[in-house]
Amino acid sequence: MASLLPVTSTAAPVRSGAAVSLAQVHKSFDGRAVLRGLSLDIRGGTFVAIVGRSGCGKTTFLRIAAGLETADRGTVTVAEPAPSGESNSRLMFQEARLLPWKTVVDNVRIGLPAAARDAAKEVLREVGLLERADDWPATLSGGQRQRVALARALLHRPKLLLLDEPLGALDALTRMEMHSLIERIWLENGFTAMLVTHDVHEAVVLADRVLVMDHGRIAFDQSVDLPRPRTRGTAALVGLENEILARVLANGR
Amino acid sequence: MAGRWRLRLLPWAVPTLIVAAWEYTARTGLLPTRILPEPLAVLLAAWHLLQTGELISNLRVSAGRAFAGLIVGGGLGLVLGLLTGLSVRAQTALDTTLQMLRNVPPLAMIPLVILWFGIDEGAKLFLVALGVFFPLYLNTFHGIRSVDRGLIEMARSYGLEGWSLYRDVILPGALPSILVGLRYSLGLMWVLLIVAETISASSGIGYMTMNAREFLQTDVVLVGILMYALLGKLADVATRHLERVCLRWHPSYQ
Repeated sequence: MASLLPVTSTAAPVRSGAAVSLAQVHKSFDGRAVLRGLSLDIRGGTFVAIVGRSGCGKTTFLRIAAGLETADRGTVTVAEPAPSGESNSRLMFQEARLLPWKTVVDNVRIGLPAAARDAAKEVLREVGLLERADDWPATLSGGQRQRVALARALLHRPKLLLLDEPLGALDALTRMEMHSLIERIWLENGFTAMLVTHDVHEAVVLADRVLVMDHGRIAFDQSVDLPRPRTRGTAALVGLENEILARVLANGR
Repeated sequence: MAGRWRLRLLPWAVPTLIVAAWEYTARTGLLPTRILPEPLAVLLAAWHLLQTGELISNLRVSAGRAFAGLIVGGGLGLVLGLLTGLSVRAQTALDTTLQMLRNVPPLAMIPLVILWFGIDEGAKLFLVALGVFFPLYLNTFHGIRSVDRGLIEMARSYGLEGWSLYRDVILPGALPSILVGLRYSLGLMWVLLIVAETISASSGIGYMTMNAREFLQTDVVLVGILMYALLGKLADVATRHLERVCLRWHPSYQ
């Protein structure tokens, strides 16, 4: 268990993301097919965004990758650079899902012994919430709660971070702040990131590769080779955004 | 400043008026002592009972009965509520039976209780325990069933299983509901105790009151009634305090 405890952020950034590979994954709920032969390979350390209309199966895809659901058919492999035996992928939910009866710092170290408190404070510092460590979650704003959820995931130094529309409920300004926070933390930690979103702009700003999902398959695969940090409104960004948006709108009918 | 004091005193205005009118009518003989003694007489009776030690010993007996019943009935309700809340099999096996029994008013059991236990302590304990059982059972069951599934899923994905999942997620999530059950139970606890002690007892506040009735000591009867009010209020204050301590994370207590 001790190996789970992270080294402090002074450690040199290493690209140590898990490679993810899905082959012919099928999944249905109550006879309704949600994923129909989804195949995909993700290189370790990349930031992948999955966009698509609601009901296209993107959340199911993410939950299967996280191990919260099992595929009916097909294989899912999460290959970690240095296998530790322990699955080291973490999922950020649409809602922060903090335990209201635990303080912020105790929420961050959930599932870990009290000795992890210092490490938990360290990740809270990373997300800029160290001064709220001893507060109750009910006193935080929506954006702060998602930052705590991010810190909770980061404490385990995941090799794969799955983000299920974690910014969907936040206002535009907070979203922009969260974008740069997530980007910074991803760059520092080097994990593989998979972000499910319905916001094409968010996908293009953050991801190395944007996938458009439709009817349980990957309908479009676009790599984004723009320098970081990406500024809003540049021609290249807007061009890509429009192209992907057109793909999303073309599908799903 | 003056306004705030006035606001603080306002809730006491009506009781003060009532007591003043009561004292006045009793003194002038409008209100016969056989119906209601004057408030001063009630105070004097309370003082006398305190000095003889009668009040304290009877209070102790009544409170002992009430809390013994609460521990037995409430404890059983809590345990069964946890069981049916956590296990679908236990719910299928027990819940229908318990819901049927719930619809029998505990007081309807009195004839049977007297046949079973006679008129000794067992009867009182049984009645109180039966009454406090259901509010705690129902609210514990409901509390556990309404714990946010998303939180449980999150906790599982962070490796919480078994006892640590109950301790860190399910029990705290059910606690607000369990405490509501406790407050209902405490209310019922006094009602049932009063009835049980009024039927038959040789000690306790109910005995003191019924005894005084035989000798037309209305002042002592009133002391007994006031004691029940006081005990009920104390129990309520205690649970409120418990809520404030246990639920200090809850937005309504911040």
